[in-house]
Amino acid sequence: MSSPVVHHAVHAAPRGFLRKYIFSTDHKVIGKQYYLLALFSVFVGMLLSVLMRFHMIYPDAKVSWFEKLWPTGAAGGIMTPELYLSLMTMHGTIMVFFVLTTAPQSGFGNYFLPLQIGAEDMAFPVINMLSFWTTFAALVVLLAAFFVPGGAPLSGWTAYPPLSAVGEIAGPGQGTGQTLWILSIALFCGASLMGAINFIATTIDLRAKGMTLMRMPLTCWAWFVTAILSLLGFAVLLAAGILLLLDRVAGTSFFLPAGLVVNDQILNHKGGSPLLWQHLFWFFGHPEVYIAILPGMGLTSTVLSVFARKPIFGYRAMVYAILAIGFLGFLVWGHHMFVSGMNPYTGIAFSVLTMTIGVPSAIKTFNWIGTLWGSRIRFTTPMLFALGFVSLFVTGGISGIFLGQPALDLYLHDTYFVVGHFHMIMGVAAIFGIFAGTYYWFPKMYGRMMNETLGKIHFYLTFIGVYAIFTPMHFVGVAGNPRRYADFKEFEFLGQLMPLHTFMTHAAFFTAAVQLIFLFNFFWSMKKGARAPVNPWEATTLEWTVPSPPPHDNFGGRLPEVYRGAYEYSVPGADKDYLMQNEPVAAAKTQE
Amino acid sequence: MPLAFIVWAFAVVIVYVFLARLWWFPPPINQHGITYDQHFLSTLLVTGVIFFLAQLALGYVIIRYRDRGKPAVYSHGNNKLEALWTSAAAILFIGAVLASTRVFAGVHLARPPENALRVEVLGKQFAWSFRYPGPDGKFGRTDIKLINDAAGNPFGLDDTDPAARDDIVTSSLRVPAGTPVRLTLKSRDVIHNFFVRELRLKQDLVPGMEIPLHFQADKTGVYEIPCSELCGLGHHQMRSTLEVLTPEEFRKWEQAQLEQLRQLQQP
Repeated sequence: MSSPVVHHAVHAAPRGFLRKYIFSTDHKVIGKQYYLLALFSVFVGMLLSVLMRFHMIYPDAKVSWFEKLWPTGAAGGIMTPELYLSLMTMHGTIMVFFVLTTAPQSGFGNYFLPLQIGAEDMAFPVINMLSFWTTFAALVVLLAAFFVPGGAPLSGWTAYPPLSAVGEIAGPGQGTGQTLWILSIALFCGASLMGAINFIATTIDLRAKGMTLMRMPLTCWAWFVTAILSLLGFAVLLAAGILLLLDRVAGTSFFLPAGLVVNDQILNHKGGSPLLWQHLFWFFGHPEVYIAILPGMGLTSTVLSVFARKPIFGYRAMVYAILAIGFLGFLVWGHHMFVSGMNPYTGIAFSVLTMTIGVPSAIKTFNWIGTLWGSRIRFTTPMLFALGFVSLFVTGGISGIFLGQPALDLYLHDTYFVVGHFHMIMGVAAIFGIFAGTYYWFPKMYGRMMNETLGKIHFYLTFIGVYAIFTPMHFVGVAGNPRRYADFKEFEFLGQLMPLHTFMTHAAFFTAAVQLIFLFNFFWSMKKGARAPVNPWEATTLEWTVPSPPPHDNFGGRLPEVYRGAYEYSVPGADKDYLMQNEPVAAAKTQE
Repeated sequence: MPLAFIVWAFAVVIVYVFLARLWWFPPPINQHGITYDQHFLSTLLVTGVIFFLAQLALGYVIIRYRDRGKPAVYSHGNNKLEALWTSAAAILFIGAVLASTRVFAGVHLARPPENALRVEVLGKQFAWSFRYPGPDGKFGRTDIKLINDAAGNPFGLDDTDPAARDDIVTSSLRVPAGTPVRLTLKSRDVIHNFFVRELRLKQDLVPGMEIPLHFQADKTGVYEIPCSELCGLGHHQMRSTLEVLTPEEFRKWEQAQLEQLRQLQQP
């Protein structure tokens, strides 16, 4: 058969600035838009965390520009506990939704899923555009919460009712701020649902000839399974958010029981259950952890294989592990609720399921080490971040073995041990995945190489920095330090932990400052970096067969045909140490 | 290359801090606490070995397989190895959780004895209150309309009920050593969490629910109670104490409280 010619999803390159860069339907432009939105968000979120760390060790410090930013929250320049809690809520919400969900899936996924499976665009380009702009609106609505009377909400990214449901009598920020938070999350859910449908349809329908499921790069598998998790998870969160909104504005009682006396006011609710919210929230919230980390796992696999010059160890096992994590991810939400007052038997059931999900995670780690065994490693910046990902994934995963046991959770729940655990794994490990992806794909996205020296400096300082911030959290957690405390003045035992907190805060200042190196490298390389060739890393997947950056329709109107799996490195007898996925078998054979 | 040494350095430091117990639990004050610590240690041992070996292996492959001109091995994996480490992980992880179930069951499935001292714990933004039933052994009637924190009535005790008149209400939890205690946890506004580090116990207080929790403290002393579920702007100041007294001291304290109540209630 001759090379397939495309008859669907063709749209001519748009002309005007607005259609080309703003309301574009090109998956590559949308992918970059998502990435830049996440980049903006991650710096906002990081700034908030630095302010939080500052407040923890200097709760009484007077800083004049605090007052300029938050005239009521920091009257006189001293940050109030409620301002601290609102920074914490916004930090968590921004990081989880607008960074960890947005960059690896919507950013990289949008840009590279069609390129890697040999498609000209996503299945529904207009929905794709709509989903980005809905995400953008969600971010604007969320940030607006800082500027309304009462300020941003203080109930955390988990927004447990009744605190989140009874309005401003429960605290400043629980009025308009909390309502905006719910609206933002609802918009984000809508956007994610649109994105999820698009990813699923694209993966199923638009694979090039020869791109069987078992030839897909593991990144594509990760995006595909992540999209399924998004579809099922965000649908439930959307429903929960609407119920919470109704409790707030329409007088319903989904999450509010009878007999509430808040701030000396008797409330007229009855019949609801605060635990219902926790079940609905974590039914989304736990899969969300995998939404954040699966794309990073897929990318780490790919990057390790590319720079180890070796096929993935156990490709099939990796695919099954992704599927198992996706499936089990929906059966473990109760481990967030061991001390919530739910039936203890339920807790035991959830704990066994939780430990089961550790198995596919362990399989992935073993296979990464297996991939590196007997390899020929090239220490590029993306490779360093992928190796860092493996180290952090192990460290962050191991503490999960403690928290997954309800018995140990009787002490560790809601301590800094938990904060250290999830920052290591879904925060920092996932961010390392994003960094690996950035250094790896930047040449394809922007047509220029990033500076390797700056990249390596950025890696080493960040790697040391994140361990310095998040490891001590486990230590103070073991000492019983509760999380979400604005300061540690009230308790004797917390005073003894201040030296460690001081250390963590300084490590956070250092690590945050180091990210400016990345920011500089990113924008400087965009303009001044060395021109990127088609395939700078000598990788095998389809995005490396097209120019950097790729033309509007990706493959110049002729879709590629795929002949082999995604990780054919160091094939014996071949004249170079990699075989492109679209290199015809005959051509490969003559080289033997 | 330097990465291998950094990974190893972190692994050694982390293992050292845990082994040397530089930051650790406070000493336990009862049998559950001792059992808890034993289980924590065995989990730490198993996971510590896995953690250390995994980081060691990562560092090793980084050094051993850096590009030295030797071609990489062409291999797609090894099914026997996959089966081996899958089953090893499954046995270890599920074994750990099954072993821990008895620690959890001891807290939540075992029943306290009938004669246990009963105390109601009430959480509100941002204070703790405790109620003892008094000599009649009955908690008196309450009504949320009667709640008056300023007048020392956070529970809304109804004084027209005789059973309510001898209820002792305090802002810190006092219990006799070596005696089973059965708490009933309640909240009247948002979710709070009752946590005593030395007891190795933590339980949410959920509005609309009455959650039972029992313990026995064997060592006298004063232990802090930090609220451990985000409850609003004063969360970090929501503090009380658990005072474990000798049975003798506890009886004296209880008598003094009742005497005070009688004087207050005299017209």
